[in-house]
Amino acid sequence: MASTEPNNAAQQGGLSGWINARFPLDKMLREHVTEYYAPKNFNVWYYFGALSLFVLVLQLVTGIFLTMNYKPSATEAFGAVEYIMRDVEWGWLIRYLHSTGASAFFIVVYLHMFRALMYGSYKAPRELLWLLGMGIYLALMAEAFMGYLLPWGNMSFWGAQVIVSLFGTIPVVGDGLVEWIRGDYYISDITLNRFFALHVVALPFVLVGLVVAHILALHEVGSNNPDGVEIKKTKGADGKPLDGIPFHPYYTVKDTFGLGVFLLVFCGIVFFKPDGWGLFLEAPNFEPANPMQTPPHIAPVWYFTPFYAILRAVPSFLGTQIWGVLAMFGAIVLLALLPWLDKSPVKSMRYRGPISKIALGIFVITFVMLGYLGLKPSTGIYPMLARVFTAIYFAYFLLMPWWSRMDSTKPVPERVTYDAH
Amino acid sequence: MSEHVDLGRRKLLTAATAATGAIGAGLAVSPFLASWKPSARAKALGAPVEIDISRMDAGSMIKVEWRGKPVWVVRRTPEMLSGLGTHDPLLLDPASDGSKQPEFAKNPARAQKPEYFVVLGVCTHLGCSPLSKFAVGEVEAGWPGGFYCPCHGSKFDLSGRVFKGVPAPKNLEVPPYAFVGDGKIVVGAEGAQAA
Repeated sequence: MASTEPNNAAQQGGLSGWINARFPLDKMLREHVTEYYAPKNFNVWYYFGALSLFVLVLQLVTGIFLTMNYKPSATEAFGAVEYIMRDVEWGWLIRYLHSTGASAFFIVVYLHMFRALMYGSYKAPRELLWLLGMGIYLALMAEAFMGYLLPWGNMSFWGAQVIVSLFGTIPVVGDGLVEWIRGDYYISDITLNRFFALHVVALPFVLVGLVVAHILALHEVGSNNPDGVEIKKTKGADGKPLDGIPFHPYYTVKDTFGLGVFLLVFCGIVFFKPDGWGLFLEAPNFEPANPMQTPPHIAPVWYFTPFYAILRAVPSFLGTQIWGVLAMFGAIVLLALLPWLDKSPVKSMRYRGPISKIALGIFVITFVMLGYLGLKPSTGIYPMLARVFTAIYFAYFLLMPWWSRMDSTKPVPERVTYDAH
Repeated sequence: MSEHVDLGRRKLLTAATAATGAIGAGLAVSPFLASWKPSARAKALGAPVEIDISRMDAGSMIKVEWRGKPVWVVRRTPEMLSGLGTHDPLLLDPASDGSKQPEFAKNPARAQKPEYFVVLGVCTHLGCSPLSKFAVGEVEAGWPGGFYCPCHGSKFDLSGRVFKGVPAPKNLEVPPYAFVGDGKIVVGAEGAQAA
């Protein structure tokens, strides 16, 4: 009923009253910040969503400033990056923030996703929230891949060559599709120019749109927590969840502290180790793209290597190597299907039995090992190891409907567990 | 005026309008999709290139760029040619049935004139450029001479035919080419069947 709702617009005078009569400013702030009730038992794993948002903004801002001096042309791009590094005031800082920010983005996103795996945050009613997150992850991978071509170094060129060639393995239409993506018969000025447009204009729109949808979906269903307890089930007389605290000021303050710790590490890398020990910026990329000369060892940037290892682990047969490509994309699709593969009656690892805990541990080791193997040459013992870990990766997901049901569970409490400090 | 609403008629009109709109939207999208195809300039720059082979020594190799890809021409020695038939069981596709080449190059030498081997220097695995390792035994014991890809270890013989047990699924691609005049090859055009 209208009469019981606080009619701020009528009560407020001044500028805010004028705005609120025309735009739901206070209403939005209440819904999403000051009266968004989040569980009070968030732990350290709940920093990474807010940190992802911070890195997104950092990438947008540094990216905008980079475009002011960058030239998306095969003859000028490499020189433009050198120019930014050497001649533009503080250009080196802006560029290193952006290149380190790319790796930082994946670090916080992977930790954010691991948190969801640990506490079952993808389970009902948060399936769509999880799918939107997977959409962000895919858009982020496309964004990172296209951004990596822009410096026009030799690894940029050959990395793009290898990844675009993946589409050539699709029967019948493959060759035409690759030509269509490149807009030329090889990775050329034309390809660079369109990747620039996608990296700088199209994909950031997609990313920001998906992030907004992700947060709206989160605020609709409410945050999960380390206990996997739905706080909306237990509400006080005022209709607010008893285990909930307003996002602001409680979690804005907590996230600000987390941001401080993150920036300490992040700035340390930006200032002292901007190439990330050869993982964030690869050595062959310090020489210009050369279509006649493949670098002796091609490895994608670290955040793609788990999937690259899967790609290489699958041998070609029937005269095509599309199987590796299918396995690589399948590995990502399976991740998206988690809400339907996981049949456990409880969400959080805290109330699951040993099978789930061991399985998750094995999965983490497998993912890290695949990432390591994707950086290594495909010789000696490495291809065999990659095949073993690829098999484990798929087994984790494909057998999940059985092992998650078999596992024992502990009773989940009605309220979240929380010790007042 | 009647209160009666013909729901069937309304449904049909809605569906017909939606379908017409969808077709229109599809047609409107097609110029944007087509704009990604190689432009007229890219096509012109992808035109055939001429290679002078009149001064090549036996056993030598030259590299030329065509469509941004390395094209290799190897003038093979009689020893190189006679060695081609000796390792067929080790090859994945010795007769080049599943590989890409002009019809005239579908033979053990994979060439129009066996002496001159013209091939794209692009690994059929993921597009790296293999290295020439012509000397017998240069890569490993029993190596008959050929090409070795440093990226993922694929091996090819002196006709660009892939060995078994390596990641590359096909023989190296032979581009369309033709001999013209005295001592010249045009890559990218195949006489009457110009690509």
